[in-house]
Amino acid sequence: MHTTPEAPLAEPPSLTRPDAEAAQGTVDGSARGQALEVAGVGHSFGELQAIERVDLAAREGEVVGVVGPSGCGKSTLLELIAGLREPAVGQIAVEGESDADRRLARCAYMPQRDLLLPWLRAIDNAALALRNRGVPRRAARRAAAPLFDRFGLAGFESARPSELSGGMRQRVAFLRTLLAGKPVLLLDEPFAGLDAITRAEMQEWLAGALLDGGRTAVLVTHDVEEALYLSDRVVVLSPRPARVIAELTGPAPRMTPRRDAVTSLAFVEARERALAALAGGRR
Amino acid sequence: MKRWIAPAVLVFILLGAWELAARWHVIADALSLKPYLVPAPSDVASSLWSDRSLLASNAWVTLREVLGGLAIAIAVGFALAVSLHLSSILRRAFYPLLVASQTVPIIAIAPILVVWFGYGAGPKLAIIALVCFFPVTVNTLDGFRAVDPELPKLMRTLDASRLATLARVETPAALPYFLSGAKIAVAVAVIGAVFAEWAGSSAGLGNLILNANSTLQTDRVFAAIAVLSAIAIGLFGLLALAERRVAWWGRGERERTA
Repeated sequence: MHTTPEAPLAEPPSLTRPDAEAAQGTVDGSARGQALEVAGVGHSFGELQAIERVDLAAREGEVVGVVGPSGCGKSTLLELIAGLREPAVGQIAVEGESDADRRLARCAYMPQRDLLLPWLRAIDNAALALRNRGVPRRAARRAAAPLFDRFGLAGFESARPSELSGGMRQRVAFLRTLLAGKPVLLLDEPFAGLDAITRAEMQEWLAGALLDGGRTAVLVTHDVEEALYLSDRVVVLSPRPARVIAELTGPAPRMTPRRDAVTSLAFVEARERALAALAGGRR
Repeated sequence: MKRWIAPAVLVFILLGAWELAARWHVIADALSLKPYLVPAPSDVASSLWSDRSLLASNAWVTLREVLGGLAIAIAVGFALAVSLHLSSILRRAFYPLLVASQTVPIIAIAPILVVWFGYGAGPKLAIIALVCFFPVTVNTLDGFRAVDPELPKLMRTLDASRLATLARVETPAALPYFLSGAKIAVAVAVIGAVFAEWAGSSAGLGNLILNANSTLQTDRVFAAIAVLSAIAIGLFGLLALAERRVAWWGRGERERTA
């Protein structure tokens, strides 16, 4: 049982599908293992085909952005990875585990809406996973408190969600995801509901938080800039049914302030290529 | 304070009209009755005062029945809602029966229950519980159904067992619905208590009403009715207070968009 999010992670076993890895061309053969592998995954809801075929991989500690038009099946992809659903076709492995329950034990999922429980204080919302594992309330709060200081929420531990701004609610939701203590973070449009200024602030904040944690993350968004700024690599999906239409190695500017990053030449070029791919995918 | 003025004025006008109509024998004449059969509010008030110990002791009996019946209804109603929520087989099997149970005319089966269970507290509690559990169950089930479907999913990714999701998410989310159901239950509990006492009893406000009615003490009948209403309003008010205190997050979190 993880009681702190900083619990050291065991080295994941390497995947035994070199062909899929070669096709992706993302494995650099470094000592870091493959944290996530999605191979030939497709999914339908009845008649509706949501995902045609998606291949995706993430090394340990890598942030992979997934961009696509609204309603292209991005959220479904995250639910499949998280083990909330089984894919109709294809294979998903998280740290080498392809069983849905074992994936669920390794993935922390941050939904599009913050889904904070209005009857719980911010700190109890953040520590929800610990409470679910049977950690007593006081110990759960003790584990969550340092993160409130670190992520700019000091002083708001006992606030109710209704007393928090949109940006703060989103931070609490992110802390809840972190405190689940899982090696892989799945972020579904984390800032979709925020205004432009708060959104830019939160992207900078998340960039720092992701650097800090060093966790593997898949970030789903329809915002190309957000994906490029926050991710090491960006995968562009077609409209529904989703398939990968482009893959960009971003300028990975997470360590620089957002304003400088998004105006750099490399960033602008990458953004234009991504947008061109999105437009091409629409046809 | 302003919102009290309109209903207070209306009640004052209605009571005043009734007082005058009774004093001038308007109602009695229209119905060709002896005037003493149509008490004025002031007569009822004086009965409330002069019969206060009689009313109080009978009110205590009825209040205990109401509280006991409500406690059973709330416990059974909530437990039933939880089981029907957790098992779709149980839900499909029980739901039609639940609805059917509400079509049973309680006033008709109350005497049978008295024949079977005697004059004690048993049949009274059973009758009150029978009329009260339904709104509790149905409202609580509605509350469970209104839970944002994303929340149980989120809880699964946060390592929650089914029970943890029920305790930490679904039950608090359904609590405002449950309390709405309990408020309806309180209102009908008093009616149930009167039926139960009419079917067979030796004390209670329902029993007092029957006796007073048979001896044409209409002022006392109205006084007992006033006390019954006060009991229902008081319990309703307590629940409304509880609603604001313990379920302040209210309904409809689901409607809130991102």
